[in-house]
Order: sequence, then C-alpha cells, then structure tokens
Amino acid sequence: MARTTIPIVPSTARSPAFEYFSTKKDEFVGWARKFSLFPYPFVTACCAMEFMAVSSTPYDTDRFGAALPRFSPRQSDLLMVVGTLTHKQAPVLLRVYEQMCEPKWVMAFGACATSGGFYQNYAAVAGIDKIIPVDIYVPGCPPRPETVIDAIMKLQDRIAGSHHPIITANF
Amino acid sequence: MSTAIRDQIQRELVPEGGVASLSHGTLVLEIPAGEVQRTARRLASEFGFDLFLDVTAVDWPGRTPRFDVVYHFYSTAHFFRVRLKTRLSEADPVVDSLVSLYGSAGFMERECHEMYGIGFRGNPDLRPILLYEGFVGHPLRKDYPKLKEQPLVPYRK
Repeated sequence: MARTTIPIVPSTARSPAFEYFSTKKDEFVGWARKFSLFPYPFVTACCAMEFMAVSSTPYDTDRFGAALPRFSPRQSDLLMVVGTLTHKQAPVLLRVYEQMCEPKWVMAFGACATSGGFYQNYAAVAGIDKIIPVDIYVPGCPPRPETVIDAIMKLQDRIAGSHHPIITANF
Repeated sequence: MSTAIRDQIQRELVPEGGVASLSHGTLVLEIPAGEVQRTARRLASEFGFDLFLDVTAVDWPGRTPRFDVVYHFYSTAHFFRVRLKTRLSEADPVVDSLVSLYGSAGFMERECHEMYGIGFRGNPDLRPILLYEGFVGHPLRKDYPKLKEQPLVPYRK
C-alpha cells in the first residue's frame, strides 16, 4: 500500500509576494485608521464633565486624532458611552450602534458604563456589554484624563495591529 | 411673621383627628386623606402658599395603613413651609389630586403614581413619566425585589 505524501505547501497558498503585500496593506490601513478616530459621544451622565476635560486643551485628544466629535453615528468610528445606561435608554444605544458603519469600536467610559458602577437597581443596566460588544473599558468614577488617553492609545495599538479587510474577507 | 401664620394655620386648618407639630422650622400637619384637597385649597387661596414643592410617598411595610403621602408647600410671601402628611391603606391607596390647584402637581403625581402605585383621583394623565411603557410593578415600594430587572433589549450571551 503506497503511502500518500503530505504536501508541505498547501495547494491554495498564495504567493509570498501577495502575503507580504497584504501585511503591508494592513499596516498602512491600520496606521491611517488609528489616527482618524471620529468619536460619537453617547453622553448620559456625570462622566461627561471628564469627557469635556479630556477633550479640551490641557489633555487634548486631538493629539491622537480623536478630537472631532461627530454627532451622527453614520460618520463616526468610535462610540464612547460616557455614563450610566438605563434600561429606558438601552434601545437607543443599540440603535445608534447599529447605525454606525464598519469599522467601528466601542469604549465603555467610566465605572457605570463598564459594569453598572454602584447602581444595582431597577433602572440601570449593569454594564453596556450586556447590550453591545465593547472593545475597551475605562475604569474610574470618573476616570482620570490620563486613563482615557491610555485607553485611546491602547485602542490605537489594537487598530494598528489588527487585520483590515477592505475588498474581500481576506484582503 | 412666620410665627403669626403658623399659629393661624394651626388654629384654623387642623381638623378633628389631625395632628400639628413643628419639625426643623416646618409646620407638619397630619390629616385624614379626605381632608387633603380642602386643606390645600385653603392653604393656596387664604394663606398665600403659592408654591407647590413636592408630593411623594413613604412605604412602611408591616404597618397599617401602609403608605404615607407627603406634600410640601411654600409661601413666598411668608417665607414659610408646610408639610401635609396623610395615611393610605394598601387596599385602596387613592387620594384626591391637586392638579386643579397647582398645575405642577401633575408631573409629581405621575412620578408618585408609577413609583409607589398611589392613585390620584382627578389627575387626567397618570402615564409613566420616568419608567417606560410595559414596566410591571412599583420600584420604590419596599417589596419590589432589589435585583429585579426588566430589560427592553435582550441581553447579549
């Protein structure tokens, strides 16, 4: 009985030149996307004060390309949920999230958006990740501006290192 | 000045079975539920209590009657506050509305209605104001479970 040989290179493999080009494409698109995060501030509570502080001059998220808030979900990439989410607002948040175009990222800003914070009652949702997927969590009540900037930088690193399909699922 | 108005209210407005006391500078009148509208009308028209501050309820589980309904009034002429308290039973927690006297009572009675289930006879619009349509129960009653949630959006798995 003849032993079948296992091919080392799968027959569907692309040429090395294509693989190299694809990687460089992801790097380039990731670089472009990480410096053009257009945030949609879904501001519901007192964390808004800290959001204003981190957006304005002393801390200035414009340095990270994430300063210009778009008040239309169709024009934005980063959904910042700033504050407590109530059950009454949850359908609104879900609708805003679904209206955003791909690629999109979600930041849970503050203790309430992350986990419900100190609310455990009939009105508050215990964390927005029960409603929509979250990419990065920012702890604090409210978070220090440094924490928010750290979260933006971590999100940028993730965007820069991830796969960015543009034409097909593989490219 | 406030002493004069205080004595006058105590003399004229406390019905039989009612109690008047002073708490932190506020005159507290405890009256039967049937007297609330009449007392509030006299406060508004004769004593110059032109500002209706609040109506809310207190739930005393185990006590009969179970609920207190608490009203606060303020007079901008006399710089004086009056608190009305009345007791309502669990079986029939209904009191007369003050919408005809103070327009602002409408919203506060709506809130009290959804949070405690107190009925206000004569209020034409007792829809939920802070809660959403379809919410079952009265969340500020003491027997509402602390961890009970009624989500509008199904949770992600």
